[in-house]
Amino acid sequence: MWELIQSNKRKSWALFLIMGSFLLFMGFLIGEFYFEGGGVFGIIISSIIWIIFSTISYFGGSSIILGISNAQEVSKKVHPQLFNIVEEMTIASNLNKMPKIYIINDVSPNAFATGRNPENSSIAVTAGLLGKLNRDELQGVVAHEMSHIVNRDVMFMTFAGVMLGAIVIISDVFLRSLWMGGGSRSRYGKKSGGGQAQLILMIVSVLFAILGPIFAQLLYFAISRKREYLADASAVRLTRYPEGLASALEKISGDVNALQKAYKATSGMYIVNPLHKQGMSVTDISSTHPPISERIRILRSITGGAAFIDYQLAYAKIKGKTEKIIPDSVISQKEKVEQKTLQNTFKIDSDPKDIQRQIGNIMMLANKYLFISCTCGLKLKIPPDFGKDSVECPKCHTINKLPENDIKVAMDIISEAEI
Amino acid sequence: MSVIIGFIILIVILVLIFISMYNSLVQLRNQVKNAWSQIDVQLKRRYDLIPNLLETVKGYAAHEKETFQNVVEARSKAMGANSIQEKSSAENAFSGAISKFLLVVENYPELKANENFMMLMEELTSTENKISFSRQAYNDSVLFYNNKIEMMPSNIIAGMFNFTKETFFEVENKVERENPKVKF
Repeated sequence: MWELIQSNKRKSWALFLIMGSFLLFMGFLIGEFYFEGGGVFGIIISSIIWIIFSTISYFGGSSIILGISNAQEVSKKVHPQLFNIVEEMTIASNLNKMPKIYIINDVSPNAFATGRNPENSSIAVTAGLLGKLNRDELQGVVAHEMSHIVNRDVMFMTFAGVMLGAIVIISDVFLRSLWMGGGSRSRYGKKSGGGQAQLILMIVSVLFAILGPIFAQLLYFAISRKREYLADASAVRLTRYPEGLASALEKISGDVNALQKAYKATSGMYIVNPLHKQGMSVTDISSTHPPISERIRILRSITGGAAFIDYQLAYAKIKGKTEKIIPDSVISQKEKVEQKTLQNTFKIDSDPKDIQRQIGNIMMLANKYLFISCTCGLKLKIPPDFGKDSVECPKCHTINKLPENDIKVAMDIISEAEI
Repeated sequence: MSVIIGFIILIVILVLIFISMYNSLVQLRNQVKNAWSQIDVQLKRRYDLIPNLLETVKGYAAHEKETFQNVVEARSKAMGANSIQEKSSAENAFSGAISKFLLVVENYPELKANENFMMLMEELTSTENKISFSRQAYNDSVLFYNNKIEMMPSNIIAGMFNFTKETFFEVENKVERENPKVKF
């Protein structure tokens, strides 16, 4: 685990430097384009943009992403099982602090993780995911998200995404200004001396502005895909049960509902890309995720153990390539990790109507609705802004008092575990 | 003059590397200890959970007294065990008793309608998982720590300051590693 984190950190820095110098070089070229010696000025402007973007994403990134995704932080009583599973994975991955848990009000099953470091991280799952997956599958998904947190993918992908955004914006503004009015360009052209060198510089900077963002994007996507495989491999190692994640991915990709609040900027973070779930059988170089069918096939062909080496072998078998998903330094540790054969299947409802009702209940609980059961057996669901301290049952007309604190039933006798 | 300055700089760098290696060894050793105490936390949690679960089930399966009695006895034995050897065999027996108890409970489908029971079952399932995950995490950290002690250059510091290898947690009884099989 630790070697993996180290090697991932090194790679993150390398990419960070490549993209950063790319950004600065672009600033330089564009600056030179407008006036001689303007390169320094261009570098300064592009680094200011970069710094502002990075600062915002470091401190506010998570809350912005959770906010636009319509995610709500929940406590254990909203979904004890989810809470337990996150606790289990926190223990398995040796983290000191449990990530915060968010539920997204959406029937489409999906999940993502965000945060700047393991101590300040969050896992968000949709209500649909909770309703449609059984315990083992949910564990697989949470393990995948936990792996993104442990492998430090979360912060890295945010920063890389921000840098990519800065590159795109700068080149976009530059190209636009060329189309709009070539005022500065004509001034530049009139200048005497060194005409050819300037022409070359001009062509290079325009080419760079056009190709730069595409190149940066492809680099970003390639690394993002690799990290998805890596997170799958880590999830298998954590849960020791590849089938859980495999069948979860199958359910998620087979679901017909589309995620409501899916944006291009956040789509890469989800366990399954919500923007193009279908039609992903061929490897697409402009995709943030590997094809799901392939991820499932790799997971299902893992034989023997649940160590990283076992995933790497399965990967080679399915892809027919010797590409390294997991660094050698990690694989070389000869660890023997046995797979679990039997897990607890603890799900009774499979009736679609039941599932719909359950998803609805989860959403209401996440939105701080209060559930009380009337003496006649009817379950009353009271909105958070109800305002009165008692409610009349629509069926038997009993007046039910609202408890001061939310549902307490059996939660009290269960002593809270400490992590 | 410049030779001396260069020499001083070299020594300072070496000392810094030395300190950071020592610190990382200490950190790893603490992590191993932490992981070990996590196992204890989860085992204790299982002790707390069982009486509640028995209480809930009693009303439904009153004539399974013997099974309940076994669980209660195994629990108090595990809680009272002192030596590591004694403890691990008592915990194994306790796990076995729980598995049997769960098999018996399976015959009472009415229990599934009991919200309280389902909640306690989720807690028990999760606690069993946490026990096995905490053992897994302990072994992970031991593996890494032991590797560091063996490998150059940290082995030099480990030797100087008496960092010794930790032992892996092994479950003697294979059956115990698997979770209790609960299926409804």
